[in-house]
Amino acid sequence: MTTLETQATPMTQKSTPTEMTHAVPAQAMGGLHTETTLIEVKDCNLFYGSKQALFDISMNIPAKRVTAFIGPSGCGKSTLLRCINRMNDLIEGVRIEGSMNINGINIYDRRTDVIELRKRVGMVFQKSNPFPKSIYENICYGLRIAGVNDKKVLDEVVERSLKGAALWEEVKDRLHDSALGLSGGQQQRLCIARAVAVEPEVILMDEPCSALDPIATAKVEELIHELKKQFTIVIVTHNMQQAGRCSDYTAFFYLGKLIEFDATERIFTNPKEKQTEDYITGRFG
Amino acid sequence: MKAELNKDPDLKALFHRGEHLIWITGAALSLSLLMITGLILLVISRGMGFFWPSPLTQVTGADGKDIAGVVMSSEKFRKQGADGKMVSGERSNIKVGNRDLYGLDFRWVEHEGLTNWCTPKDAIQIERWEYGDFIGFIKSFNQSDAPVAEGTVAWERFKKELPIALKLHRKIAEMERDEIGAINNDIRAAELKIKKIQFAEKDAVKRDSQVAQLQAQIAKDKVEFEEVRVKVAKLAESARTNSITMLSSDGREKTILMDQIVRAYQPNSMSFLQKAGHYIEKLTEFITDEPREANTEGGIWPAIFGTVMMTLILSALVAPLGVVAAFYLREYAKQGPIVRAVRIAINNLAGVPSIVFGVFGLGFFIYTIGGTLDSIFYPERLPTPTFGTGGILWASFTLALLTVPVVIVATEESIAAVPRGMREGSLALGASKFQTVCRIIFPAAVPGMLTGLILAMARGAGEVAPLMITGVVKLAPALPVDATAPFVHLERKFMHLGFHIYDVGFQSPNIEAAKPMVYTTTLLLLIVVVLLNVAAIQLRDKIRKKYQTGAFA
Repeated sequence: MTTLETQATPMTQKSTPTEMTHAVPAQAMGGLHTETTLIEVKDCNLFYGSKQALFDISMNIPAKRVTAFIGPSGCGKSTLLRCINRMNDLIEGVRIEGSMNINGINIYDRRTDVIELRKRVGMVFQKSNPFPKSIYENICYGLRIAGVNDKKVLDEVVERSLKGAALWEEVKDRLHDSALGLSGGQQQRLCIARAVAVEPEVILMDEPCSALDPIATAKVEELIHELKKQFTIVIVTHNMQQAGRCSDYTAFFYLGKLIEFDATERIFTNPKEKQTEDYITGRFG
Repeated sequence: MKAELNKDPDLKALFHRGEHLIWITGAALSLSLLMITGLILLVISRGMGFFWPSPLTQVTGADGKDIAGVVMSSEKFRKQGADGKMVSGERSNIKVGNRDLYGLDFRWVEHEGLTNWCTPKDAIQIERWEYGDFIGFIKSFNQSDAPVAEGTVAWERFKKELPIALKLHRKIAEMERDEIGAINNDIRAAELKIKKIQFAEKDAVKRDSQVAQLQAQIAKDKVEFEEVRVKVAKLAESARTNSITMLSSDGREKTILMDQIVRAYQPNSMSFLQKAGHYIEKLTEFITDEPREANTEGGIWPAIFGTVMMTLILSALVAPLGVVAAFYLREYAKQGPIVRAVRIAINNLAGVPSIVFGVFGLGFFIYTIGGTLDSIFYPERLPTPTFGTGGILWASFTLALLTVPVVIVATEESIAAVPRGMREGSLALGASKFQTVCRIIFPAAVPGMLTGLILAMARGAGEVAPLMITGVVKLAPALPVDATAPFVHLERKFMHLGFHIYDVGFQSPNIEAAKPMVYTTTLLLLIVVVLLNVAAIQLRDKIRKKYQTGAFA
């Protein structure tokens, strides 16, 4: 099996200028060209049956940064996100062209172990989906299915993950109560903790705050800020303020095409494309 | 505007809004409830009253002879009068008992010409092991054919002696069943062994010595058998020394051995408490005893036991089969025309007449599988079949097949109802599909599966037709579970409440005596099914709680 542990392939935008990034000026603060690429999407086309949902997407997602996907509903941002851990495999009739490399390894290679991939690329869903088990068992789930049953290890991981998701103080006295008894925001952070527990490299978040109230949203955003020290985060959001607040890079999608991908600051202050500007200023979408 | 808002809508408006259709839905529900309640009330009222002692009525007939008995029902009828015109008369069905004297224990008596209606305090109803009830008056209590007490004294003496006689009766029955039964079993086993040796052992010398050994064993057993038999005969002899002489209402004498009496009472002089005690005693007997008198008397314990055991075996078979099949269909099979066809076939299977399943069970399970098992494992017993004949195991298999569609459909639905997010959440953590199915989907679907199982159990417990050809009998000599090794005898034939109702109600030689039994047995079948369902529902709620809000260690 091909593991994804091989060394990162440092790649600058200069050496491989692509259609989407050619416009990034060298002086952009924390510009893409100086980042280490972790996920490299190349000419990705995706079809639901005969309907094409993604058109020639190429982008380099940098490591240990937060990358936000924005765009109106149905623009393909969630679809692209779900390609990164091959969740789209579950949908019948999906066909993907092009390549998607993580650490230089094509995850759509026939030899790729999807299970191993998903352990390295965690996911947090739009609707929090804790299992109908205790808080403790929710966190342990990823380890247990990997065959870890040592109580000491599990205890440690549970504490570390919950602390990492800023949930420890709230639930440490009721670890063995059902996770379904938590509030919506707590449930979502539990899902993040659950994803963190298996120590992935990438965490994909599919509109993680869309069902949360502003206070819970603020907590999750704070958490994202913390998490990026350790993980590469890709977040899909409808909320442009959120993208502005918590992401380093932002990609704007429209009708299945990647319109613009740049540092968040530039996208919001000085977008290159007219469509991007129209969208973020609220002229459509 | 205000006036318009406050106006009552007229009939046309109500009609337009569809109010009348809502009434129809309500009426349909009411009608269903009414029918079900009616059925249950009928069964309860007929079934519950059966054991309450009814007064014994005595009346003098037109021919001057007295008739004594329990008035079961009265009705008006039309008959031809003396002048040829139709006139209305009244008649009653009276349980007169004394089948050995009268030939019939129920009589229709016309009211015309009857005089002297009364309920004599000293009238006695005696339940006997055979020939049904005796209704009459006590004349004397006898020891070794000589009267020692008469009249009231005899009744008092009799009441004292009856428990002793019953104890003796029970002891004899136990000895016959346990000791003689055990020796019989030994002899039969030894004979089977001899057959087996003659069948399989090639070495003639060895064979003869082994056979001789076993034959010696049989001879020893036979001696022992004779000893026990003599002992039992002696006990039986002593049980026959006491007797009572009874007078029937028409003045005939009848001597009844104490050994033949189950219980005796004077219903007309019993207090309410005594009647209640009698009721409870009879009810207990009904639930815990074996049937007597072609199932019209005694209890139905073997039928209750058979029904519950068959339902449990059926559940144990149908639950894994249905659940695993549903998981394959829903989770692993490639959805397409074939799976769709399979699904339609499963749904249609639920509509196949149950007797067809019975015929299939007979042909496949009993003759094919059972016959093969016999020829492999029990060749020495052939041509007497062991598994190649109806039995509780094959009946359960047949019913499992009959009810498996219910479980499959319910399980499939409950799997489909597991939220997609749960499944994706598990897969996104690196779980394989199998792990996701086992750890997330299965637990979440358990309550739905149990709902299917409850439906299957209810259907299986109430099914009769397929059982009639796969192992149910009118009277089973032994329960499928008893004290002889290997304790559980799944090849045995069994009794079943549903079949019991059919048998008692429609196949009984004594329909009138059996009628109340039908209601009581129906009531009991309903209670058994309800209890089984309640148990399963409790289990489901417990599991549901566990997976939804409960604690996990």
